[in-house]
Amino acid sequence: MSRYVLGRIASTVLVLLGVSVLTFFIAHVVPGDPVLVALGEHAREEQIVAYRRAYGLDRPVPVQYAVYLGRLTRGDLGISIRTRRPVADDLQEFLPATIELSGAAWLVALLLGIPAGILSAVFKDRIFDHLSRLGALIGASFPVFWLGLLLLGAFYYRLRWLPGPGRLDVVISPPPLRTGLLLVDAVLAGDGEALRNALRHLVLPALTLGLFSTAVIARMTRSAMLEVLFQDYIRTARAKGLREGRVVALHALKNAMIPTLTIIGISFGSLLSGAVLTETIFAWPGLGRYATASAISLDFPAVMGVTLVVAVVYTQVNLVVDLIYARLDPRVRYE
Amino acid sequence: MRGSIPGSATSSHPIIQPRTRRGEVARYLRRSPLAAAGGGIVLVYALTAIAAPFLAPHPPITQFLEDRLGPPSETFPLGLDQLGRDILSRVLYGARLSLVVGLVVVVMSGVLGTTVGVVAGFVGGRVDDILMRVTDIFFAFPALILAMAIAAALGPSLTNTMIAIATVTWPVYARLSRAQALVLRRQEFIEAARAIGLSDARIMVRHLLPNSLSPLIVQASFNMGEAILIAAGLSFIGFGAQPPTPEWGVMVSEGRDYMTTQWWVPTFPALAILTAVTGFNLLGDGLRDLLDPRLRRAV
Repeated sequence: MSRYVLGRIASTVLVLLGVSVLTFFIAHVVPGDPVLVALGEHAREEQIVAYRRAYGLDRPVPVQYAVYLGRLTRGDLGISIRTRRPVADDLQEFLPATIELSGAAWLVALLLGIPAGILSAVFKDRIFDHLSRLGALIGASFPVFWLGLLLLGAFYYRLRWLPGPGRLDVVISPPPLRTGLLLVDAVLAGDGEALRNALRHLVLPALTLGLFSTAVIARMTRSAMLEVLFQDYIRTARAKGLREGRVVALHALKNAMIPTLTIIGISFGSLLSGAVLTETIFAWPGLGRYATASAISLDFPAVMGVTLVVAVVYTQVNLVVDLIYARLDPRVRYE
Repeated sequence: MRGSIPGSATSSHPIIQPRTRRGEVARYLRRSPLAAAGGGIVLVYALTAIAAPFLAPHPPITQFLEDRLGPPSETFPLGLDQLGRDILSRVLYGARLSLVVGLVVVVMSGVLGTTVGVVAGFVGGRVDDILMRVTDIFFAFPALILAMAIAAALGPSLTNTMIAIATVTWPVYARLSRAQALVLRRQEFIEAARAIGLSDARIMVRHLLPNSLSPLIVQASFNMGEAILIAAGLSFIGFGAQPPTPEWGVMVSEGRDYMTTQWWVPTFPALAILTAVTGFNLLGDGLRDLLDPRLRRAV
């Protein structure tokens, strides 16, 4: 492994450690009394004392943090007040639905955003460029929750083209649970009907969640392409007599994709943020809906568990993106 | 960018310079109708927010129960909500709230982020390393999720929403101002300031900061839009402003069940969010093109 890769992994570990400090701080220091937040206002005195002792809250803050970190490394995120189960078990149950949804939304964003950005740059200042820029601008300003309500209202309530909230119709029995990803489980079980149904259920939430990232990726691709299209080596490629399509597809795109890749990684964060709102609207049983339901019932361990897990997932996605980036662009490795 | 060599700041053509600048802005606005539109939207929005009590036909929480869920009419141009409140008045008052949220967030996160960034870039070395690692930690959280956790820890209210949003948006200012400080600290006018014995703090505030403002102003415009969007999102899921506050996110959330039957209940507040955020994003794009000559050429 090169020095760059090792350095990048080391800094990720450092960031994750920092993430644990910050979540500890939010969970244990920000609220006036974390015990009241955890147990609710009506907790009895002996419960409070027991909780304090059980979680070491009567000890100094640095010791508390060490205990907290020790618990985290064992995968112990505490007990959810609402579901009365270990938060880690809850998250394991709800994470796959969020991965499926944000994965599908990412796909939407890539498949729409990159071509739109390329065409916009190639046809700069023509009608397609204007429309696509305006679309990207509105897409980046659109409240996710309203888009969800609009799509649901139009395609489910009015037109009846697509199914409503949830991951599967109630009449369809889910495939045997293996990965928790319905599409994968349906394929593994060879259940065509469940696969089709799950796919149809995925369309509206994936579009809702993907719009913002589509807009951001389209904007980035456009400006990266424009930057590249004026370079000398592109002029050389044209001067060699290459067809324009080949110049764009082979010479320009490859280099324009490098800065775009970073935005694609970062946009995963906005997908995870947007998932909170999208899952609420589409009754999607994922982390986002779990987080909001937990927060409404003041289930603090659950909220902090989601925050932590999402930060870990997001940090790792960005690590992978950066490593791919270094693979594509030797300049990054040797800097 | 303005030069600020001590003592010579006002010596170069004080009358001609602003006029050329103004002419340039006017020319630019003509060339870039979208940026002009953004500026226009933001101006109208700000005026609406300020004048909401005079513009709104009714108080935002007065109920006209006999007309509840009434469609847009002459007396109630945008209709009435499920509790019989005038949607137009609530949307107008909502502009006030979102403007306050946006401004407070921009000031809080702008001041915090810029301080961190300028100090990191100017002092350098270990201080820079530590401050930037801290910044990285905040970047590791998706914005809405961290804001939600903070809002949950502090308790749901509009003030806590603003604190939460500022906590998640300051790192961008830190990165931008650090980058500026890194470039500027090697420039001659900073060395000159140091040579005449000015303190570090004075150099940072009086000389570095004024010359780093362009990207920060652009970011402030995007940040306004972002803050309005996150605040609405938090309110929508129940963390931000609480009913009966005429906050746009709360209004859409309360009106969501009427989407297909009484569409005006959630639609007008949602349109208000969309318009305001689009305005700030357009303005941000326009300002960036205007203030960054490098981009003005290419894009």
